Amino acid sequence: MTVMPGTPQSRLDPEPMPRRDLLGLASLWSAASALLFALLGAMRLPNAAIVAAPSKSFGVTLPESLPAGEAFVPPNRAVAIFRDSEGVYAVSTICTHLGCVVKPNAEGFECPCHGSRFKPDGAVAKGPAPLPLQWLKVKATNGGFQVDEGKTVPAGTRVKA
Amino acid sequence: MSAPATPPPALQELKDNLRAAPRRIFETAFRSGKPTTDRTRSTFIFSNVFLHLHSVRVHRWTLRWSTSMGLGIATTAAFLLTLITGILLMFYYKPYPEAAYQSIKDIHFVVPTGRFIRNIHRWAANVMVVTVILHMARTFYTASYRRPREFNWLIGMGLLAVTLGLSFTGYLLPWDQLAYWAITIGANIAQSPREVTDAVGITGWFDPGGMQKFLLLGSDSVGPEALIRFYLLHVMILPLALMALMSVHFWRIRKDGGLARPADADQRLGNPPGPVYPVFTEAPMKTYSLAAIVRGRTPAVGKGPENTVPSMPHLFYAELGVFMLTTLVCLALALISDAPLKELANPSVPENPAKAPWYFLGLQELVSFSAFVGGIGIPLLVLAGLGLIPYLDREETGTGEWFGGPGGRYVVRQALLVGFGASLAIEAFAIRFGWIREWYLAVPQLVVTILNPGTILAAVYGLYSVWLVKRYRSTRAGALGLFTCFLCGFLVLTAIGTYFRGPNWVFYWSPGDWPRH
Repeated sequence: MTVMPGTPQSRLDPEPMPRRDLLGLASLWSAASALLFALLGAMRLPNAAIVAAPSKSFGVTLPESLPAGEAFVPPNRAVAIFRDSEGVYAVSTICTHLGCVVKPNAEGFECPCHGSRFKPDGAVAKGPAPLPLQWLKVKATNGGFQVDEGKTVPAGTRVKA
Repeated sequence: MSAPATPPPALQELKDNLRAAPRRIFETAFRSGKPTTDRTRSTFIFSNVFLHLHSVRVHRWTLRWSTSMGLGIATTAAFLLTLITGILLMFYYKPYPEAAYQSIKDIHFVVPTGRFIRNIHRWAANVMVVTVILHMARTFYTASYRRPREFNWLIGMGLLAVTLGLSFTGYLLPWDQLAYWAITIGANIAQSPREVTDAVGITGWFDPGGMQKFLLLGSDSVGPEALIRFYLLHVMILPLALMALMSVHFWRIRKDGGLARPADADQRLGNPPGPVYPVFTEAPMKTYSLAAIVRGRTPAVGKGPENTVPSMPHLFYAELGVFMLTTLVCLALALISDAPLKELANPSVPENPAKAPWYFLGLQELVSFSAFVGGIGIPLLVLAGLGLIPYLDREETGTGEWFGGPGGRYVVRQALLVGFGASLAIEAFAIRFGWIREWYLAVPQLVVTILNPGTILAAVYGLYSVWLVKRYRSTRAGALGLFTCFLCGFLVLTAIGTYFRGPNWVFYWSPGDWPRH
């Protein structure tokens, strides 16, 4: 870079950058950005690539004596199944607050972790839960029902036996 | 003229070298020789990679018990205990769901000293959480975060976060009921930004909560992938991060001129007892330019004998004392009380009540009002607020003094009243009368997220501290008030979560009143 003759030069003025420094900086920055991209690529690895997705569908036979409005909880499932005059429906018992399993009681459901309460149809009655409990897909089969924990349906969807 | 000495045969030389080898190994390891004089002790410190984190001489103010109370060293000691016992536990631990539980049972009931080692690990981790919080409080109340120590305060924030992360990932590993439901709740807290994105209706294309949960669990649900991720965090990623941050933290203490002390510390201390020696009795073997070793506003040249003593042995004895005391406390606690192990994780039945360890129960109380506010919003706000303190408080009065600064002890006493009063009042209100959702069922979630006991408490504390800033025309006064308030809030919420919450997170005066079933 040439300095115009007659321009006063202070020793505080920045020195004009020689071409070699510019090239040096450019190579430094390309190396740095290449490393950054490599790092971003490496960060893809922890984002789980292999996800087990077993079918969450299961068959269930409701006891004949199940009274209307009383929950039937199949063993080791986070689902409550109800039967009333309009049909059969299944409500997920996973709390919409922080994922604890709620317990059916006479007034609906209660959560042991942070005190959320839900009405029998899953609507929030109290506490920190932001959303109603989810209704799950139920299909009538020969003599029983097929409930799919992985598929939700709009609240109020019932199935006739 | 005598005959020229015959050179010793090569064999003789080898023998001599062999005989001299132990002495030479020692001499090359400790080049400055035995630390017998002040000068050789100084050389000993700065030629040793571990000791050179200390400065060679230390101010007498630093050694006063009330300056630091040894809390930082106690935290380090507790960490070293967890490190050693943790490595021992890894000989038996298997990070796979049911095997993990069985291996902890083996450690507890079969492995010789296994139960003792696990108890020490657990207690040292608890002690570490306590001392790291107290250490932060000490640094805050003595205004030691100020220039030039601002960045070290930030490093300290990082250390606090990593310490809590280590505690969290640690109690998940046994895969008992506590562990399983803690992972579940923790992962759903990571997902709780959905509370806001759902309410605004953008979760479909912008879902940071779901991404965080998936990254944490490595799967859609809590299982082996999640356990191995937490294990990796607990034994590798977080300890490495902690050690890296710790080295910077220690090194910076020295580089920032040792512990903060009042400007008139020398006058207050008076003359040192006994004869005063100049810093160097002999010409130093190494010379530095003054700019490199003298940190401070004014050159320390020509000020006469400094009020310092050699770090070796004075500081080292003090540190050793704190190390021993911390170890003693952890060992005693480990002998008195066993680390808990609940039943094997059962994914379909949570414990009732499902309680986190004590240091997270304050958060659990907040989370019981709103998942996002309690689990992410307020913790982030507190961390950001704490981190900003040294950059907002640029004052100079009171540095290095307990409750130093405008307002001082008076503000702290008042803030204790406000802090305890406000948190107790809002908790009492929420427990007695419930909250918005119980009065108006149809209220939108966003209203509950914005207006809940947690946010209202934070707002009250914030307004109070703004008032303090105006009243005393000092940011330090506001910071004193805010820090004290949040400490009180933490204590109140933690106490309520620990002692007064029963099944279904209902308030009970005593566990004796819990319903039986």
